[in-house]
Amino acid sequence: MKQTPEQTHFLTRPNTIKWLWIIFSLVLAGLVALQLLIPIKGRFALEQGFAFAAWFGFGSCVAMVLLARVLGWWLKRSEDYYQSMPSIEMRPDDD
Amino acid sequence: MIEIPGLILFAGALLVALTRGVVRTAILLLAPAITLWWVWSVPDGVVATVTYLDYSIELVEGSPVRRLFATVFSIMAFVGALFAFRHAKTYELAAALAYAGGAVGVCFAGDLITLFLFWELMALFSTILVFCGATEKARAAGIRYAVIHLLGGVILKVGIVALTVKTGSVDIRALSATDFGTWMVLIGILLNAAAPPVSAWLADAYPESSPTGSVFLSAFTTKTAVLALILLFPGEKVLIGVGLYMIFYGIIYALLENDIRRILAYSVVNQVGFMVVAVGIGTETAINGASAHAFAHIIYKALLFMSAGVVVYRTGFNRCSDLGGLFRTMPITCVCGIIGALAISSFPLTSGFTTKTLISEAASEQGLVMVYYLLAAASAGVFLHAGIKFPWFVFFQKDSGLRPKDAPWNMSAAMVLFAAACIFVGVYPQVLYQLLPYPVEADFYTPYKVLFYLQLLLFSGLAFFLMLPLMKRTLTISLDVDWLYRGLLPMLWAWATEAVSTAQAKAKKDLANASSTIITWLDRHWGDGGVFARSWPISLTALWIAVLLTAYVLVYYL
Repeated sequence: MKQTPEQTHFLTRPNTIKWLWIIFSLVLAGLVALQLLIPIKGRFALEQGFAFAAWFGFGSCVAMVLLARVLGWWLKRSEDYYQSMPSIEMRPDDD
Repeated sequence: MIEIPGLILFAGALLVALTRGVVRTAILLLAPAITLWWVWSVPDGVVATVTYLDYSIELVEGSPVRRLFATVFSIMAFVGALFAFRHAKTYELAAALAYAGGAVGVCFAGDLITLFLFWELMALFSTILVFCGATEKARAAGIRYAVIHLLGGVILKVGIVALTVKTGSVDIRALSATDFGTWMVLIGILLNAAAPPVSAWLADAYPESSPTGSVFLSAFTTKTAVLALILLFPGEKVLIGVGLYMIFYGIIYALLENDIRRILAYSVVNQVGFMVVAVGIGTETAINGASAHAFAHIIYKALLFMSAGVVVYRTGFNRCSDLGGLFRTMPITCVCGIIGALAISSFPLTSGFTTKTLISEAASEQGLVMVYYLLAAASAGVFLHAGIKFPWFVFFQKDSGLRPKDAPWNMSAAMVLFAAACIFVGVYPQVLYQLLPYPVEADFYTPYKVLFYLQLLLFSGLAFFLMLPLMKRTLTISLDVDWLYRGLLPMLWAWATEAVSTAQAKAKKDLANASSTIITWLDRHWGDGGVFARSWPISLTALWIAVLLTAYVLVYYL
């Protein structure tokens, strides 16, 4: 079936997405390369390593997503979880 | 009394409730504007004093930090009113103005009694805003919200009384949590800041309000708590730990969440955590950081709630799993949402960058290595859970097939104003820095700092897209400490009522059985033909008397 122009918005085309990934990768590589030109002024030891923020940001996010994933197994419940709970009502005695 | 800037908003709220049409709109917009002018006419020091029960009540006390918070609250009330006036109900608008009035009142409260009074007024009017969601869920969430805040009010009140009894003073001054009274005051304030273990009330209540109500709710309660902490507990070290917990709590729960406004609500806790950490550090840079970040946060968070509110208003959907691809037909909402998301993520050239860096700098200056690294990790996490997740799942992600219209003109105007403010403060931070309580000398737009944040944030973005399969939205909620009163308490109640009714039934049955046994026994012995009811021959009686007398004689002689 032929798609309407709306369905093939340029941002959703595979070719655009491929180019976005290429540009994004180049930007990331450029940011790391810039560290060669810009002197590191970190105050603490770890921060003085090369491109600290790049690997630290990436690593922190991976750790947080994995932690959320693990906690999710324990904490996630169906949307109507609380609706299925007994309600607290002060009812007059049927008798 | 007219010297109290907050009262202008209360008067405005009353008039809004009584008027309609253009007049109502004019009052709605003028009241915050006049308040803003009034806020800036309040000089430093105590301005208005009355005597109550032998206490000197300082209704208005000016200082740079108080004016800063009152300024942003007034701006928030104005832009929020612009956003809401065509779609919100009259009582919602009136409650929102009164809520803002309470917040401005807290800003200038020179003593704990005045602070408590406006604090409770805020609790009252914000509860009405939660109820404005007008659903059964909103009603239940509103009741829970009210109970938590009234409980917090009682704790704060107990603390104020204990403090007053001990010191004889109700003045607002820097305290240290060392005794019962100060701990109670600190706990009462932290409860409003959504600190652990009761952070859940915020994400429970705010998303249940109306699309317009949640915009106001995001701004005032938690930020007045931050101001109260700045005024009462600067440098209280326990706040560093509390704030760090809030930061990571907000990130993890936002990552698990499917409801777009609940993601933003968790993000409020996360951002207030940054401010609480800063107050805990307590240096001049840190207090500047907490104040500036509160200012920036109110604007970009309201912008994000506006963006989400427009989406909910236009589509009727709250969940990421129902949304996606809205960038096609909602460009203004999308762009403004992205600007808000970039600002919350501290992207260079946005307000968040110029304010959050103050907090990191404060940790760095004090040599708090772990706090510094955790704040850096949290900055990456903010980009992950709010900076990308919110716009990605709402406006991009997949084509949900929804083609809603963009925001109405007033909502667009409000969003554009706040988006412009996010960029303005990011580009010209000195304008905000001049309003801070202490001078700011550092310039954070150094090549190293900018590169640091760009690396941190864009590599977080890479992590987000690489780990998208692990973040697939599910039709779920996440259990929190509120499970104790939303889950465990009803279960215990059901168990107790069941146990009582079972015991009642058993007791009734046992009583019936016992009665029946007694009646049968009585009937057998005293009923017709019973052993005690029969006639006996006189000879048998004589025989028994003889036996008894013989027994008596025997016992007597033995």
